[in-house]
Order: sequence, then C-alpha cells, then structure tokens
Amino acid sequence: MAPPATSKPGRSLIALIVLLIGGVVWAFWPGTDSSVRLGLDLQGGTQVILVPKPVVEGTEITEEQLAQTVEIIRARVDGLGVAEAEVTTQGSGNSAAIVVAVPGVGQDRVVELVQRTALLNFRPVWNVLSPLPVDDAAQEDATDEGEAADSGDADQGGAQSAEIVQAPEYSPEFQAEVDALSCIDPVNLAGGTPDNPAEWLGACDQTGLQKYVMEPAFIEGVSVTDANAQLTQQGIGWVVTLEFDSEGAGALADASTELSALPECGTGATPCNAFAIVLDGVVVSAPRFNEPILGGQAQIEGDFNAQEARDLANVLKYGALPVTLDVVDITSVSATVGGDQLRAGIIAGLIGLALVSLYLLLYYRLLGLVAVLSLAVAGALLYLFVVIFSKTIGLTLTLAGVAGAIVAVGITADSFIVYFERMRDELRDGRSLRQACDSGWVRARRTLLAADFVTLLAAVVLYFLSIGSVRGFAFILGLTTVIDLIIAFWFTHPVVVLLGRRAFMSGGSKWSGLDPERLGGHSAIESLAGRSRRKRRDDYRERESEKQASEEQEAQDSTEVRS
Amino acid sequence: MSGIAGIGQRLYRGEVSYDFVGRWKRWYVISAIILLVSVGSLAFRGLNLGIEFRGGADFAIPSATCSVSEARDVVETETGGQTIVTVASSGTMRVQTIPLTSAESVALADSLGEACGVPGSDITVQVVGPTWGAEISSKALQGLVIFLVLVTIFLSIYFEWRMAVGALVALAHDLVITVGIYALFGLEVTPATAIGVLTILAYSLYDTVVVYDKVKENTRGIAGQSVMTYDEAANLAVNQTVVRSINTSLTSLLPVLAIIIVGAGLLGAGTLLDLAVALAVGMAAGTYSSIFIATPVLAQLKRQQPEMKALAARVQARRKQAAKLAPKSGEAASGVSGESGDGSDDAPAKDSASPTASPEQLREYARLQSGERQQPKRQSRRKRR
Repeated sequence: MAPPATSKPGRSLIALIVLLIGGVVWAFWPGTDSSVRLGLDLQGGTQVILVPKPVVEGTEITEEQLAQTVEIIRARVDGLGVAEAEVTTQGSGNSAAIVVAVPGVGQDRVVELVQRTALLNFRPVWNVLSPLPVDDAAQEDATDEGEAADSGDADQGGAQSAEIVQAPEYSPEFQAEVDALSCIDPVNLAGGTPDNPAEWLGACDQTGLQKYVMEPAFIEGVSVTDANAQLTQQGIGWVVTLEFDSEGAGALADASTELSALPECGTGATPCNAFAIVLDGVVVSAPRFNEPILGGQAQIEGDFNAQEARDLANVLKYGALPVTLDVVDITSVSATVGGDQLRAGIIAGLIGLALVSLYLLLYYRLLGLVAVLSLAVAGALLYLFVVIFSKTIGLTLTLAGVAGAIVAVGITADSFIVYFERMRDELRDGRSLRQACDSGWVRARRTLLAADFVTLLAAVVLYFLSIGSVRGFAFILGLTTVIDLIIAFWFTHPVVVLLGRRAFMSGGSKWSGLDPERLGGHSAIESLAGRSRRKRRDDYRERESEKQASEEQEAQDSTEVRS
Repeated sequence: MSGIAGIGQRLYRGEVSYDFVGRWKRWYVISAIILLVSVGSLAFRGLNLGIEFRGGADFAIPSATCSVSEARDVVETETGGQTIVTVASSGTMRVQTIPLTSAESVALADSLGEACGVPGSDITVQVVGPTWGAEISSKALQGLVIFLVLVTIFLSIYFEWRMAVGALVALAHDLVITVGIYALFGLEVTPATAIGVLTILAYSLYDTVVVYDKVKENTRGIAGQSVMTYDEAANLAVNQTVVRSINTSLTSLLPVLAIIIVGAGLLGAGTLLDLAVALAVGMAAGTYSSIFIATPVLAQLKRQQPEMKALAARVQARRKQAAKLAPKSGEAASGVSGESGDGSDDAPAKDSASPTASPEQLREYARLQSGERQQPKRQSRRKRR
C-alpha cells in the first residue's frame, strides 16, 4: 500500500503556494493576453464544421493532407482580417473534422470563404468559345474573343455551384452541352463544383468573358509546390512564378513540348497552345505555352497588376486543396445570446457553489470551512489553468466546458467528503484526532486516486476520440480532476493536519465537525493511550485461538459500548 | 444534522445495519421494473433526436414578439417544408426546419427577425448536415468502447474481475435508465446530451469505485478468519459508505439542479439545460446503483468462489456452535439481525434458518480490520493472506 501519510503539512502548503504564485505570474505576465478565450457559444460568432473527403473515393486522408488543408483554410480566413479566427482539426483520417471559428462575423461570409477552398487542375485547352450559349450568339456579337488570359479575382466564389459540362470523351453530345452553357449567368462563374480531372471539361472563366473546352488534366493541383507574384526582370508589370514537384515537372515538360508547337487559341484551331488552370470548375487563368518548360519552373506572364498577380499566386498555392470539403454544421450565435449563456453559466455555477458550501458548512462545521476554502482554491487554480492553456495551446472555454466545471464542483467536494468520512471512521474507532487525520488520509487517498483515475481515463479517451463540443468538455473534466488531486494532497489534507494540532479541534469542540460525542466514538482523551484498541485486538486473537470462550468476551464488549 | 452523524456512527459500527446485500432480490426487482419501463419507452416511443442527428436548421429567436403560427407561416412560405416551433418559458422561440443552405438560412433568419421584431443578427442559427450527428455518435461510441475496455482492465488489476463486472453492470443500469428517461419524456437528444451521458459514465464508475474500495478494505484477508462471510463484510462496507454516498450525491446534484433552474429560467432550452437534465437523472441512478446494484452483484459473483463457499460454511458452523454454548447472546444476536436473512435463502452455502453475524461480530470484525492496518508489521498480515 501507499507510504505513510505526510507529517509535514507545511511543505505541501508551500508547494501549493509556489504553484499558485507561478500560475499567477505565468497567467498575468505583463504584455501577454491574460483573458480567458471564450468559445463562440459564449461570445457570439460563426462556427463552420467541415468534413474533408478524399478526392478519390475509398482512399484514406493522410495527416499531411489534413494539415495542408487547415493551412489553406487558415490563410483564407485570416484574409478576413478578424483577429482570433481559429481553424482546428479534430480526429484524423477519413473521420476527421475541421472546425473554423470566426468571432462576430455573419455566417454567410465565413461559409463563402471556406467553400472557396477547392481543387485545382491544369488542362490543355481544346478550344475557346464565345461566353454566350450558341443559340444566343447568333443575335449578339461575340466581341471579346481573343483577349489575353485574365487575372485571378479574389472576390469570386459563393455558395452556389457552377454549371460545368463533363464527358469521358469528346462527343457531339458533349459539344452540344458546351454550346448550351451560358457564361453570362453569374452562377456559372462562382465555382464550387470540383471537376473530374480524368474527363473532358467545358467551363467558363471567372470573368464570364470566355468559355473553354478542355482536355483531361495533365497536372492536378497538388503538384504545385510554390507560387509567387514577382516583378518582371524589366521592372514593368508582374508575373506569377510556379514551381512543381518532380511528378508535376515531368507532366509539364511533356504537355508544354506538345502544346507549344500548336497554333494559337481563339482562332478556331483545335487543339491550341494554351493550358487552363481550373479551380473548382472555373477557369482562373489560361496562359499560353511559349516554349517547352523542362525544369519544373514556370512563369505566367500577362497584363497583371500587383494585386492580380498575388491573387493568382495565392489561388495556385492555396487553392490546391488535397481534399474536398463538406460543410456539415454551421452555427451562428449572436453576441447577446452568447453573453446570456455565459452569464447563466456563471450564475448557475455560483448558486451551485453556494448551496454546496452551505451544506458542507452545516454538516462538517469547521471541516466544512476547510472544504469550502478548498473549493475556492480549486476554483482559483482552474481559472489560472484556463488562462494559461488559452495562452499556450489555444484552449477556448465553451458552454460545454463551463458545464464541466460546474459538474466538477460536486466531484471535487466528494474528495473532501470521502476524506472527512474516513477521518470520522477513525475517530469512531477510538483514535486520537492526530492519528485520525493521518490514518484517515492514507485510506481516503487510495480511494481518491483510484476513483479520480477512472474519471481521468474517461476524460483522456473522450478528448482524443471525440469531435465538437465533447472535446472541450473532456478537457475541462480532465483538468478539474487533476486540480481535485492537487487540492486534496496539497491543501485539504495539510490544513486538516495543521488544524488537528490545535486545541479547538483535538479538544473535540462542538463546532469542529469532529466532536467525538457527536460521532459517538470514545472520547479523544479516553483513547489517547490506544489502550482500548489494543485490548480489543488482543481479545480478538484470544478468541480466535479459543473460539468457544469467545461469546462471554463479546457480550462483555458489547455492554461496554452500550453503557 | 447531528442525527445523520449519529446514524453514520451507528452504521459504521454495524449497530444499525441495513441489509443491502441480502435483499438483493428486492433491488433487482425495483431495477428490473425501471429498466423494463426504460427499454419499453425506447422501443415504443423512440428517442426524440435533435437536428444534429436528423439534419436541419435551428433558429433561436430571443424575446420574439410573433406568435407560433406567424413564425410557422414565414418558414412555410420561404422553405415550403415542415417546421417545428416551440416557445420556451424565457420567451425564446425555437424554430426548426428542413435542411437549408447557408444562404437560405440567412434569408430565413432575416425574415423571421422581421416578423418577430428582432434583428436578424440576434437570432442564433444552426445548420446541420444530416450525416453530422451520425458522425458525432459513432465517434462517441468508439470512445465509449475504448474507455470501457481500459476501465475493465484497470478495475480487474486494481480490484478483481468480479468487481469490474459489478461496476459495468451498474454502469449499464445507469445508462439504460438515463436513455429510457429521455425516451419516456420525449426530451430532445442533442450532442450535449451525449456529453451528459458520457459524464454519467465517469460519475457512475467513480461512485462504484469508492464503495468497492471500502469492500476491498473490509474483505482483505477474509478467507483467513471465520467471524464473517463475504456478504456480511461487503454489506458492512456499503453501510459504512452510505453516509458518504448521500453527501456526495447531494453535493453533486446541487450544482446540477442550479443549472436546471437557471437554465430553464434564463435561457430556455439549450446546451446547459440538455446537459443538466441528463446529469441529474444519471447521477441519481449512479448513486442508487452503487449501493443497491453494484455490491449485491459483486457478492453474488463472490458466492460462486470455492473459498467463499468454504468461508460461509465455516462461519455457519461456528455460529451454530456458539449458539449452543451461549444461547442468550446468540438469541440476542439473531433477534437484532434476523431480518437480514430473508433475501439470501438461495445462496448455495447458506442456511437461512441459522443466525447471521450479530452486529457486535460485524463491528468487531470491522474494528479488527481497521485496527490491524495501523500496525507496523503490516507485511506479516499481507503474507498471511
């Protein structure tokens, strides 16, 4: 069993004070943010939960893909310019979820932003057509043909899906559908429908000025390792440089060699010498191949200004999501409701704490006061830890977490109850108060460790396996369990031992909560010598050896107690 | 209060002893009825799943000035689908609709706000895809299974496998009752409910561990003596921890009740309230099962053990002999605890007609247990076991 209980209560208390001071210093270090980060359900804002799905069905999403996706989404959400926007992953593999939380922003903007993250494909251009459906084109002049590849416009995109035309091979039906596609309908410029890279594609460019017919992709977006906007060598105008991984470089070399020999696009020639960069079913750029590109590094020239070049580079770099995303949950909480929830949680917590304190005081008197103080110290520690974890690992306190903390009041109070009841048991056995403090503790400690271990196990398993609000709850549950142990070991027990040395307690005052009369045990003074206990044990052993003589002894024993 | 302390003292010494273990039939029947009602409600009424599990959109309109039918009209014109409108005591109106897209939900929030005199931005909106709830529940279930495996291993090592079984039976009991209450009263099941149920899991086991720890303490080296049977030692442990159980369930339930009252009064339906209701039911069931289910199940399992059978026979034989030699005290003993024999007549090694341990004997045994443990030569005791 456990080693004997500590007889140096001072040391434990000093350890706790050091911990508290250290916590305060860490939590409130000047120049750092010392506030508790509140979840969206408490401060208002929008939360979008996305479930990534592999592009090819039946495959597993790797950690790398997940991290990459989060990186991309974060880059985009940061673009909103809202501080404290948060993108986190929960779980792993195909059951992972990505949680995007943005305080105080209307939900439509967030969803729009997140849904823009999409798949990027590079396709050889077969033909460039008028943006109008063929039957309309007869009436209206298609004047804008032949214009240079356009720039990326960052404000595109939205909740609706673009209409795209795909077919496994170039067929008359495919041509007919492409002809019917209207690029003056804004829906078809919005993107949002990932195209299948293995099939032919008919789609609009994002300005709506052109309609492209494209061959199956020769590079998928994941092959782009880097993209940057740069000034041209002459210092006039901007270009976008691209770098590909070895696989992408090989495909690019082949495609560029083949395509650069072809006639220019827009003249009706098929196939022609441009390739299209397609993001979620919309052509973001369709540059021409001037020459074969063999080194895996390419440069897109055009009539870019700085912003356009940067946007295109971002789309090329960040638009290359390795997964598709399903929006499964959108929660939007107004700031007033969030504040109400927080207030209600705090009020409920205080009422609960007051009721528990009252009960403990009435039942355990002075010991109850120790218990109430312990609860207060536990509350202070919890606050410090939450601030510190907000700072270090980005913990946010959600409503579920607040509920976990309120529930923890009861579980923390239970540690004291277990200890005090054990102490009382020891007193009933006729031990002195000082003995009872220690021996009761040794027994209570074992119970506490076992019981808290079970709770901690539940918290850890839940934290690592669950998603959504369950995780925040599990974290607080685990945290409070650890705090419970710290308080019991470093505060409650030492304080009780120290008090036990004072006359008020050891004398068995009526208000100590350990009044032997009230407990019905032998009075403390009577049992100081431990005589009665030794006697009982000896009696018992005697009876064990001479069983038949035991009854008289027992009868005698019982009259002793009853008198 | 001093009355409780006095009872606590008498319970501890075994002077007042309630036969929790011996009357297992009674508790089993009570629990069986509750469980039957739970399972019946679950089978016939089913669970009222929240939109997280069905998919849909949920709008919470604080201090709405419109009527339920007005809100319903707005939703039906906009979405053309079915809708559920409820009003909480706090004046918050909840509107649940079919699944909507983000843009549709914003538009609907605006029109609802217009109709109900609330700015659209003050309306809390939640849109959930139909697969999300399934995903949450399958994750939670996965966590549950892993946790149960781990906790069974832990309990088997720390206590013994019989205690692990007892704890799991008590746990299953609590979970079924909680879920049953949800089905019976048609309470909405949300992810917050799942959190509540998972907490009950931890709480129920915590409670059982505290009681079992006392049983373990009381039955250490029990096979080496012939004063008391396992059933009696276990029953003594329950009696000794019953005051603690009452205190603990009160201190745990008080904050939860505070949540329910504040939650219902200030917020209406919401995460806090959902959570608290599950917790209140589960905690009450957890306290009940740790006393009335976990220990009797354990005692029944232990009765099958050969050593415990032998022990029971030995104790029986010794008591008969003692009764012959000292008829007076024997009568007194069986008079006090006579009622404790009734539930255990079918226990294999027990003869219901013969007296069980007298309160004095129980007390003596408990005292011996606690007295011995403070002695410096503890090693020898352990070896003796």
